[in-house]
Amino acid sequence: MNDKKVIWKRKPLIKNRLLRIGLILLISTYLLSVFLTTEIDWQRILEGIPRGKNFIFAFFPPDFITRSDEILAGIFESLWMTIVATIVGILISIPVSLGAAKNIAPKFVYFLSRGVITLSRSFQEVILAIFFVKLMGFGPFAGMVTLSLSTIGFFAKLLSEDIEDINKSQAEAIKSTGSSWFQWVNYGVQPQVMPRFIGLSLYRLDINFRESAVIGIVGGGGIGSTLNTAFDRYEFETAAAVLIVIISIVMIVEYTSSHLRKLIK
Amino acid sequence: MPIIKQKDYKTWKKFDRKRDLQNWLCWFLGTLIFSFCFGLISSKTIWFYVFDSHNEALDLLGRMFPPETNYFLTLIKPIWDTLNIATIGTTIGTLIAIPLAFLSANNTTPSKKFLRPLALFCIVSSRSINSVIWALLLVAVVGPGVLAGIIAIGLRSIGFCGKLLYEAIEEIDENQIEAIEATGANKAQIMTFGIVPQILPAFTSISIYRWDINIREATVVGLVGAGGIGIELDAQIGDLAWAKVSVILLAIVVAVVFSEWITAKIRRCII
Repeated sequence: MNDKKVIWKRKPLIKNRLLRIGLILLISTYLLSVFLTTEIDWQRILEGIPRGKNFIFAFFPPDFITRSDEILAGIFESLWMTIVATIVGILISIPVSLGAAKNIAPKFVYFLSRGVITLSRSFQEVILAIFFVKLMGFGPFAGMVTLSLSTIGFFAKLLSEDIEDINKSQAEAIKSTGSSWFQWVNYGVQPQVMPRFIGLSLYRLDINFRESAVIGIVGGGGIGSTLNTAFDRYEFETAAAVLIVIISIVMIVEYTSSHLRKLIK
Repeated sequence: MPIIKQKDYKTWKKFDRKRDLQNWLCWFLGTLIFSFCFGLISSKTIWFYVFDSHNEALDLLGRMFPPETNYFLTLIKPIWDTLNIATIGTTIGTLIAIPLAFLSANNTTPSKKFLRPLALFCIVSSRSINSVIWALLLVAVVGPGVLAGIIAIGLRSIGFCGKLLYEAIEEIDENQIEAIEATGANKAQIMTFGIVPQILPAFTSISIYRWDINIREATVVGLVGAGGIGIELDAQIGDLAWAKVSVILLAIVVAVVFSEWITAKIRRCII
């Protein structure tokens, strides 16, 4: 009877047609301008491919033995650095995160703490490490200071968000007993954020270990400096060994920390 | 919570004696570990330099101010490069992460014994190597420049996006899949109409989140020669041109705050 077929079509992702076409145009002009302004030297890449192949083959077989003392020393140094930096960083972040929670801090303190967090988050660990190595000399101490400072941005930001989400009635109950401010924080706020606090500390421990592999490249001590030395000496077999050690330790740390986090939950 | 009787009045304590002892032991062990580690670090530190660092810092700040403001004009191109490294790198990373995530999610993987561990291994190794180390390797292969940075950021993003994405895939609602299956859809159709719409919101927020992180990471890959503002930073620190370095640092802060503002805005639009 009716020849017209009814065809179902998927709804487009963005309903407004103008917006849809506009977005596509915007993205394609952006891609085009990126393509035009980026100088990519294809000649160099073609040359680089066999060189890259040699380079990658130079990593095999990984050599754990020749420099085993240095690798071990680097790993232990990284571990000490990570532990100390995480503890120091967390101790500093506690007051900062209290200050950065809207429901606790007065406006002035709030903006000050948010400023500290933003500043600590904007600079990568490597950039901070360059400056601290310059100020305090080579070695693990500069690396430790770097890691502690960058812990603040991460830890205080996430913890303060958790503090803002606490159950107000519990905190108010404590306040109504006539507690002092410190008692109020200790008995009304702290028990509520404790699970998150422990989870975040484990997570940050994991991140700090990973970052300690990089800040060594600019002189911050730890396994990164072993890696850098291996690269500088063109001992790629040793570098491969260091990379493998880093990967396996990170995997172990990650598994244990995620397991611990599940246990705590 | 025990109530303790003292001579003539009752008092309240948070924990009983056993818990108190446990807590004390934890604190004791923690302090012990901390001081042991700190001792090892301090044995490798030249304390003279550390105690002198405030003088050094003041001296550095003196050299950094006033910043050389007209230097900013030469920074525009490196900043543009940095943005591109982050954006294109994120795009590449997420595109590679999608198939990996499907391979490693428990409910969509074609073979649990072989492909899943392989995909998981790719994800974990991409996550554990920092983008600076990736860049260090890639500069040797493709030469210094923006391309090395893009690939480094892309490779690093795979692990992050892949991990979060496969967790999102594992949490999808099976009923919807079953409904699509009941219409007689084949595997590809189940994928496009059953799974993709469910993970699309997670996918968008993951890629935006990663883009925000990548802006920060793109500022440092240049330190090893992989393009962007890091090259300029490295060069000016090498020249000891601290008045220019302060301009670069300001530019980085502005770029990061800007990216954070944009991601917050987009996220509000989507959710």
